[in-house]
Amino acid sequence: MSTTAMHIALVGNPNCGKTALFNRLTGSRQKVANYPGVTVERKEGHFQSAAGRHYRVLDLPGAYSLDAVSLEEVITRDVCRGMHPDERAPEIMVCVIDATNLRLHLRFVLELRALGRPMMVALNMMDAAARRGIHIDTAVLSAGLGLPVLETIAVRRGGTDVLVQALDAFSWQPTPASAVALSKPEMHAEVRRLLAAAVHLPAHVPALNERLDRVLLHPVWGIAVLAALMFVMFQAVYIWAAPLMDAIDTAISALGVWTYGLLPDGPLRSLLVDGVIAGIGAVLVFLPQILILFTFILLLEESGYLPRAAFLLDHTMASAGLSGRSFIPLLSSFACAVPGIMAARSIADPRDRLATILVAPLMTCSARLPVYALLIGAFIPRRQVLGVLNLQGLVLFSLYVFGIVSALAVAYVMKRWRRDRGEHPLLLELPSYRLPHPRDLLLGLWERALIFLRRVGGIILAMTVLLWFLLSYPAMPAGATGAAIDYSFAGRIGHAMTLLFAPIGFDWRICIALIPTMAAREVMVSSLATVYAVAADDQAAQALSPLLAQDWSLATALSLLVWFVYAPQCVSTLATIRRETNSWRQVGIAAGYLFALAYLAAWATYRLALWLGAG
Amino acid sequence: MLLSQLAQGVMAVIAGVESVGEADAIARRLQDLGFVEGEPVRVIARGPLAGEPLAVQIGFTRFALRIAEANRVRVALGAVS
Repeated sequence: MSTTAMHIALVGNPNCGKTALFNRLTGSRQKVANYPGVTVERKEGHFQSAAGRHYRVLDLPGAYSLDAVSLEEVITRDVCRGMHPDERAPEIMVCVIDATNLRLHLRFVLELRALGRPMMVALNMMDAAARRGIHIDTAVLSAGLGLPVLETIAVRRGGTDVLVQALDAFSWQPTPASAVALSKPEMHAEVRRLLAAAVHLPAHVPALNERLDRVLLHPVWGIAVLAALMFVMFQAVYIWAAPLMDAIDTAISALGVWTYGLLPDGPLRSLLVDGVIAGIGAVLVFLPQILILFTFILLLEESGYLPRAAFLLDHTMASAGLSGRSFIPLLSSFACAVPGIMAARSIADPRDRLATILVAPLMTCSARLPVYALLIGAFIPRRQVLGVLNLQGLVLFSLYVFGIVSALAVAYVMKRWRRDRGEHPLLLELPSYRLPHPRDLLLGLWERALIFLRRVGGIILAMTVLLWFLLSYPAMPAGATGAAIDYSFAGRIGHAMTLLFAPIGFDWRICIALIPTMAAREVMVSSLATVYAVAADDQAAQALSPLLAQDWSLATALSLLVWFVYAPQCVSTLATIRRETNSWRQVGIAAGYLFALAYLAAWATYRLALWLGAG
Repeated sequence: MLLSQLAQGVMAVIAGVESVGEADAIARRLQDLGFVEGEPVRVIARGPLAGEPLAVQIGFTRFALRIAEANRVRVALGAVS
């Protein structure tokens, strides 16, 4: 690549189609990272124009104004002003505006123009504007603004050609008259003047939005549609993903067997097969579920539906100390708390964001499902309740509800605890509905998959190796009897842990099995299998069930189920909280309250079950 | 009359945005979003509980506002320019 790449920055309101334009310009030549010290996504890409010129494109976070109210807007403001410590000022700012939403977006153009820096305007979504009967005289608009205005259609091939040609030919001629700072009312007056001169607007808002919102924002129908969508989504996550998960599982097992046959007996083979392959495989299995969930979330997000869901749920969530905006992160947390906590970045209000991050681990992530399945299968009889409901299904459902109710309760207590009287605004745009473009969907999914895989390659790999070490050393002395695990560090730790866990009904074997679950909760199943000296293969769960049913009391099983509702011991979740909040204190609070709740709830369950005669 | 008191579906015109206390960031943001004197405005829906939040149409844009936010916006019924 040429070293003389031109630095340009895309800047614009949220929902202006800026990211679609970025995707169209740069394709897959993108790099996603964070701005130093803050959890704001920094997206950069590059492309070469037909004329052979190289461009480096920065996709700045969406902002409504330079009068910043969120971390994202602060970054955008600082970069546009050339005051960001780590980011060079762009050589050209390309302000992206939605042709169907000019009244809002032109105001931001005026605000940026007052900076007096080289800029041009990309008038995006010209196709949608034409469909709605909005006619824009680009030449008049350009003359009125004193800036180049280029029409773009980000979703169409070749839809950015005119923009790129204009970039190639760009030369900045500052118009001194335009760089005057206007007051807020003056800016709106100027926008009205520009609209009157350059734009013919139809009298009515588009019928599609009107009709859809009449149903989707309706107090009864809106809730019904939301409930139906959620139902379909969870069905898909658990049913469609199953064959893919089986395939990954089989492939990992085959890789383990192959590696086992390839290497001589020794610590290296044990490390690779029992540690690295088994550990990474246990987590990789969840990739299909996460991708299916994110396909749904991206579809709902790109189509403009998610803010409507936030609208419907805002009051309920606000009374518990969250916000309608918390809906998306909490929804993602049903697949895995890690992407859920990362999605909380979209919440501008710091209190709402922190509360969302702290309760996200209470959503029943898919890693808990294998544990629930094992314990329910072993201890809850397969019986019909009220003729139609299945008792096992009912218990599983109530565990999910238990998590959600706990999350609302915890958020409520945190709100009370802080005696927070400050105001936390919603001010949420409900963008026009649009059909999601496959390119944007695929790029979004690819991004999520990479984040997940990087996590698997980093912290989970390290934890897996550490736990393998604890479980394998020191080795069993020659001639000793019993399980090798008894002699390992993990075994000793397990025995020591019973001091703490005996009151909630956990014996030393459960305690040992809990240690590896720190890397991934679903490892509980395979580690119980190891402890019970059952061959850890595909039949582990089936072989394990009768053993557990014989060995444990019902009270112990229920106590362990309730423990897993809170399950504070997921290291990846805690590491993500650390990264997203930049604070060990918040990690301590999260781990502390989850542990306390898990212990108390399990204790209460155990005692109650004993009292009812389930010992 | 306040925007929060406006009946659903009735057209009105914004008369002004009131700041609550000094340096009210929410009032400033409302103005940035287009809630300025003279703009036509309409409540298109209300949330299922306690009539909150409000979905408001202003210009070609729709926003969800909580009642505390909508209380900052004064509106007048009448002819829309």
